[in-house]
Amino acid sequence: MAENSERLRRTMMFVPGNNPAMVKDAGIYGADSIMFDLEDAVSLAEKDAARVLVYEALQTQDYEGAELVVRVNGIDTPFYHDDVRAMVKAGIDVIRLPKVESAQMIKDLVKDVAAAETEFGREAGSTHVMAAIESAKGVLNAPAIAAASDRMIGVALSAEDYTTDMKTHRYPDGAELEFARNMVLHAARAAGIAAFDTVFTNMDDTEGFYRETRYIHQLGFDGKSLVNPRQIKMVNSVYEPTAKEIANARNVINAIAEAKLKGSGVISMNGQMVDRPVVLRAQRVMRLAKASHLVDEEGNDIEE
Amino acid sequence: MILKNNVNRTLSDDLMAKLDYKPYTSTEIGNPEIQRVAPKVHVSTGNDKVVDSIEDVVKATVKDGMTISFHHHFRNGDYVFNKVMRVIIDAGIKNLTLAPSSLTGVMNDMVIEAIKAGTITNITSSGMRGSLGDFVSHGGLKNPVIFRSHGNRARAIEHGDIKIDVAFLGVPNADKLGNANGMAGKAVFGSLGYALMDAQYADNVVLLTDNLVDYPNTPASIKQTQVDYVVQVDEVGDPDKIGSGATRFTKDPKELKIAGMVNDVITHSPYFKDGFSFQTGSGGAALAVTRYLREAMIANKITASFALGGITKPTTDLLKEGLVRRVMDVQDFDKGAADSMQSNPNQQEIDASWYADPDNKGAMVDQLDVAILSALEIDTKFNVNVMTGSDGVIRGAVGGHQDAATSKLTIISAPLVRGRIATIVPDVTTVVTPGDSIDVVVTEVGIAINPKRKDLIACLSNIPGVPVFTIEDLQKLAEKKVGTPKPLEFTDRTVAMVEYRDGSIIDEIKEVKD
Repeated sequence: MAENSERLRRTMMFVPGNNPAMVKDAGIYGADSIMFDLEDAVSLAEKDAARVLVYEALQTQDYEGAELVVRVNGIDTPFYHDDVRAMVKAGIDVIRLPKVESAQMIKDLVKDVAAAETEFGREAGSTHVMAAIESAKGVLNAPAIAAASDRMIGVALSAEDYTTDMKTHRYPDGAELEFARNMVLHAARAAGIAAFDTVFTNMDDTEGFYRETRYIHQLGFDGKSLVNPRQIKMVNSVYEPTAKEIANARNVINAIAEAKLKGSGVISMNGQMVDRPVVLRAQRVMRLAKASHLVDEEGNDIEE
Repeated sequence: MILKNNVNRTLSDDLMAKLDYKPYTSTEIGNPEIQRVAPKVHVSTGNDKVVDSIEDVVKATVKDGMTISFHHHFRNGDYVFNKVMRVIIDAGIKNLTLAPSSLTGVMNDMVIEAIKAGTITNITSSGMRGSLGDFVSHGGLKNPVIFRSHGNRARAIEHGDIKIDVAFLGVPNADKLGNANGMAGKAVFGSLGYALMDAQYADNVVLLTDNLVDYPNTPASIKQTQVDYVVQVDEVGDPDKIGSGATRFTKDPKELKIAGMVNDVITHSPYFKDGFSFQTGSGGAALAVTRYLREAMIANKITASFALGGITKPTTDLLKEGLVRRVMDVQDFDKGAADSMQSNPNQQEIDASWYADPDNKGAMVDQLDVAILSALEIDTKFNVNVMTGSDGVIRGAVGGHQDAATSKLTIISAPLVRGRIATIVPDVTTVVTPGDSIDVVVTEVGIAINPKRKDLIACLSNIPGVPVFTIEDLQKLAEKKVGTPKPLEFTDRTVAMVEYRDGSIIDEIKEVKD
């Protein structure tokens, strides 16, 4: 899981699995994760075609290091098994299961994924999974869902279905999502996996998008599900560390190096002891700074 | 003997000899001495210029074998071309050379009819598209079409390579002696840049207008000293179809991504400093570049000395804001830009010679720092095709491409692939602009810098978020995405010749084999 906890997941971009142009170009926008959708974006008549298209794209297209996710159709649909088998065969990084309400659903998925790995000769355990939480039941069971398998890399809140289930709808201030957001986030953190906030669909409301993104950034979400590539830059700018944060993080990391050199187990900086959470935070700041092109691979400032 | 030019294109030696052409050798023009021609003048006091019927004017001016011309400033809203050609075809006139500044889609059917009737036997134009391009590419016209850039057309007219007998020029206003401009009236298009050449050099100049105004009409772009006839018609154009329609700000994330990288290339180049100059096109990405450039100019507190070429509203907005000090305007792509020409004295109408004629005492393009151009295809030698499609069929125009590409920093902005067609290819179907004048290619995955520009490689190689590839790598990436196409099949017959801006031949277009 080390690789997983270090990975940046600021942006998970939805790509309709039945749209060849969008599937082809999905890699060029710098999304941390690309989620090919075989579920809601695809009409019943196109389910097979979308599966084949995404499968072929995964064999032939270059997605430039993005984490590749596919949203399969729900366990209760006739498409689910073919989706899982095809995507495991294609070597997808993560399978996202929609409408997860219990840990058992994840366990069932993992069993099917493992069987497919065996069937297609893929390395056992190489396919990860994640859960979309879309109902009251799912939110209440989020801790168990998040901890259901060591293949789990994250949980995502899906607010459209959730608010309908709650007999409300989405409001600009997001108060209706407060409990669900915190529940999903805590479940993810307790299980040591990523938490993704829901989509924001009104592309004309730039200010609203920034407001919501700043809010979920403050709560501690890894990132957000996105419906439009134009949102990627906006999310990244919210997650971009300040110059002060970078300077501080660099000091922490230098202090670690110094301590290592001295063979000292205790790290101190400006006379203060540096404990593990501070180190972890510093490492994350530097990863974000690199991803935002604020520092180079060695951690030095990039002169603009 | 197989004749090849300096971009490695095989040319038909019989046609080259017959038409007395030289193969393309270099982008350098040098300092030759040029003898320009002068038009015939039919002396008159000017009191008898106004006529009511196109028929009368055609009868008085057009004879078999002549060269006639039109401008394309009305673009797809043009009524003048079809009205005049109808009369000429019906009059049974034969063997004309058609020499318009360009041909737009609304003229296609009429041109094809005129070719079939034997009325038109030769064409020179900036470009052609749609059914006419298809017709020519399938061998519909016996003699090869000659494609010339806007600057080269001006050169050819001044040299006498194009000797216009009668120019039919539609204008949205004119007085009884022929003082006219493109700015006032119903079907306004702004600058008359291309038509000014015809007005200056044609033996007979016929204005057509739906708006006869009081004498003397000012400001006069076309002057009474140049005009032989003024024909009153009911309508010269459809104002709704004059605008190119492409001038809305794009929301296409891929175009925006390309535009962002183009902007990064410009702002990291040594040319981005106070007093720089630029030319952008009218496509979605080009307009987005203009917007990004605006933000960068404000952030860096610099202004441009001039913007050049085909002008759009986003550019005239920069003029209004003071970020651009002059707009040098040969053509306006939308009504906003056309209106601005009327109201803003810093928007100067320029003719095609001033704009881009290489045989000149200095053209505007010679002073140009940055040009952002598009492409149908770019090859690994940086040669650009803006003329033929992936099926080999003519569907484009040289426009000002060759001319603006002589700028100090010429950027081609194009997607790596379009649908299932690669844009970056091993060899372009038709070379229009030689790779020697192209400096940087920008695609959605990254940029390629012409290896001859070591200075640019040094300053553009470390821009955050702008990956640098070799052009060969980009070509391979494109091929990996869409596969390897079967080679196009052509017959041996030449249907068109593409001149470089100096009048040499840069490529030939062959008849497609179906």
